[in-house]
Amino acid sequence: METISTDVVIIGAGGAGLRTAIALAETDPKLRIALISKVYPMRSHTCAAEGGAAGVIKPDDSFDMHFDDTVGGGDWLSDQDCVEYFIREAPRELLQLEHWGCPWNREADGSVAVRPFGGMQKKRTWFAADKSGFHILHTLFQTSLQFPSIIRFDEYYALDLLVDDGRCQGVTAMEMRSGQLRQFHAKAVIIAGGGAGRMFPFSTNGAIKTGDGMAMAYRAGAPLKDMEFVQYHPTGLPNTGSLLTEACRGEGGILVNKNGRRYLQDYGMGPETPVGKPQLKTMELGPRDRVSQAYWHELQKGNTVSTQWGECVMLDMRHLGEKKINERLPLVRELAASYLGVDIVKDPVPIRPVVHYMMGGISTNTQAATPLPGLFAAGECACVSLNGANRLGSNSLVELLVFGRRAALSALEHIQGLPATNTAALNARAEATQLRIRELFSRTDGTESMSGLRKEMMDTMEKNAGIYRTEEGLREGVAKIDELRERYQRVILTDKTNVFNTDLFQMLELGSMLDCATAVTVGALARKESRGAHQRLDYPERDDKNYLRHTMVYHQGQDAPRVDYLDVVITKSPPGVRDYSGDHK
Amino acid sequence: MKERLVQLEVLRYNPDTDTDAYFQHYEVVCQEEWVVLDALNKIKETIDPTLNYRWSCHMAVCGSCGMMINGDPKLSCHTFLRDYEGVIRVEPLTHFPVERDLVTAPDDFIEKLTRVKPYLIPKKPKPISEGEYRQTPAQLKRYHQFTLCINCMLCYAACPEYGLTPKFIGPAAISLAHRYNQDSRDGGRDERQEIIASKEGVWECTFVGACSEVCPAHVDPASALQQVKIASSIDWFKEHLLPGGGK
Repeated sequence: METISTDVVIIGAGGAGLRTAIALAETDPKLRIALISKVYPMRSHTCAAEGGAAGVIKPDDSFDMHFDDTVGGGDWLSDQDCVEYFIREAPRELLQLEHWGCPWNREADGSVAVRPFGGMQKKRTWFAADKSGFHILHTLFQTSLQFPSIIRFDEYYALDLLVDDGRCQGVTAMEMRSGQLRQFHAKAVIIAGGGAGRMFPFSTNGAIKTGDGMAMAYRAGAPLKDMEFVQYHPTGLPNTGSLLTEACRGEGGILVNKNGRRYLQDYGMGPETPVGKPQLKTMELGPRDRVSQAYWHELQKGNTVSTQWGECVMLDMRHLGEKKINERLPLVRELAASYLGVDIVKDPVPIRPVVHYMMGGISTNTQAATPLPGLFAAGECACVSLNGANRLGSNSLVELLVFGRRAALSALEHIQGLPATNTAALNARAEATQLRIRELFSRTDGTESMSGLRKEMMDTMEKNAGIYRTEEGLREGVAKIDELRERYQRVILTDKTNVFNTDLFQMLELGSMLDCATAVTVGALARKESRGAHQRLDYPERDDKNYLRHTMVYHQGQDAPRVDYLDVVITKSPPGVRDYSGDHK
Repeated sequence: MKERLVQLEVLRYNPDTDTDAYFQHYEVVCQEEWVVLDALNKIKETIDPTLNYRWSCHMAVCGSCGMMINGDPKLSCHTFLRDYEGVIRVEPLTHFPVERDLVTAPDDFIEKLTRVKPYLIPKKPKPISEGEYRQTPAQLKRYHQFTLCINCMLCYAACPEYGLTPKFIGPAAISLAHRYNQDSRDGGRDERQEIIASKEGVWECTFVGACSEVCPAHVDPASALQQVKIASSIDWFKEHLLPGGGK
């Protein structure tokens, strides 16, 4: 197996991975940086983020307010030292992107424009129409092209971390074009591999969001943190699951049920605000967890609209007018027209909540370091505990910048004065990957179909680990995912050739998703309270006495995982009441 | 929901096992509102796991799923079955080498994109602590359309010139160079001009306009190329006809 020797390996070349790579290259031009991704960088799912990125920039705003919104939005499960670091770094990172050419929308005087977003008490979301993630990704990718020390390994599928002497020192990966295995030796590894939304059947996530980075870290001994917190975005297209950005509501769109009632007022987010005059942090600008949960209650009450794509509520943007829609929400208009046949200028569009984002992930601290020395993580794959139990819209695009850069700086510190790698030991570890892949190819007694297993996993997650959960449902979910992991050992590859074998990659991705699904269901079963995006019908209240702490799930081979807890860091905001009524202040 | 039996003829090629490419016929029941990508996904899940193609976002923004559909370069996630009758022919994006089945190698495009320096080369560098560069909505509008390129490479597949002269830098890369040239914050035009105004640059373009017709992001690369040609001609006149090279 060919060995590629580098200083730092980054796995994932979306927003977080690219930001990391640029920070490394800028700080130390002599560094050898390997940037590995299973897709070309511009295909990464950062491109699908729409609404924008939050950072305090306007004179009427303050760090304290961004702090309070984020901590309250996260239902006090955020680590407050992390939030403090994040909010202070956020404007600098967004300005840095501006200096790299990101086409942010502007005010008439040429300064950067901001828009309102859910759960934020001030307008602080920087945006590039409704293609903010797309522009951030392409700005980073194009900027990265000027650094010759960033060596890209596009379409390399990362397989296993190489751990020796208690330190992470590299990774094995398959060149997808040839099917050849390679090992990368490095003094530090940074995972920026994105989320795992594809373990659910109805998701805004692209096909590539299969939790490979999370699973890789988990298998290597790093814990997954707070995986039970899965964000449902309130407004997805009911057939494809495509995201209709929260900016639809930020710009003034309203949500109505089949009776035409703006039902959010019935769920602690009232009183009703005038149509077309959105007020911050209430009604349609409530946080995502509450707005998605309100849909579920409307469904139980029979207040949803029956459509050929299932039970929906209506997102009405007609009053915004064609000019504003074209200027601020062109992608939304296009998506609704193409995939649903609805022109949002003329008609309300049916929508329903859709799995969008993993608050949980590889456990990291504010330095973006995992508990495994030499391993760092950033972006959606990481759980740095910024988002707590519910992420506020427009915090994640900034998170990948702030902690992408932070991961680079931490990795640089880590590699100073490290002892030389034990090449023989790493080679032996890499052999294990080779054997694992060889076994997949040589399996002959397989009885299970991969697409069948994948469907069972998705259906289990939707049925048992959705917006509202119960003890009984979660027990069934844990058992079912366990069974699927066992049956996964008997899946047989249909395609046993080498070149761009997507049958193989889908099988590996299914393995990653099953690992992530285990952590979600086990964590959810153990957390006997309701907080943010984790809602238990049998434990409807938040329980700070027992659960003001992070769930830590440790891999134990084929056995059930070990669950442990870690206290939440509280610096200045004791747990309080989340108030999204119009009377808050 | 309305369903219909869809027939597809898909180009297959595996360098491991095939000496030549061939068409494989599939029949699959699809929903009327589906796109071609949905049909391919159903084939892969239920009929033939060995079929290979790229896709991710299913919303025409990641640029992965470009392929030839009935001879036209299209994003398969944004090509609706309702617009087709009879057998739908699906082939890999033309003008690029085939890796396998519908998967092509984009190396040449990536190399050209890198060469045109598609990043901001600041006119007047300033530290972050001094805040943002001011840019009015009108200044943003001058280049905004050219920022929308999703790098799907459909324009390269559509461009007859790129088919004939593979050295041609091509529509997307030139549009992205032009995007930065038009940005009020940028001062790197001279550096890019050496590449895009060269023989392999805009002057290869015969202004067929096929690039703009197929662009799923409405970038209109043809207009970018035309603008570069005009600007380059002005440069030439300044340099050759004005005293002191017009500096």
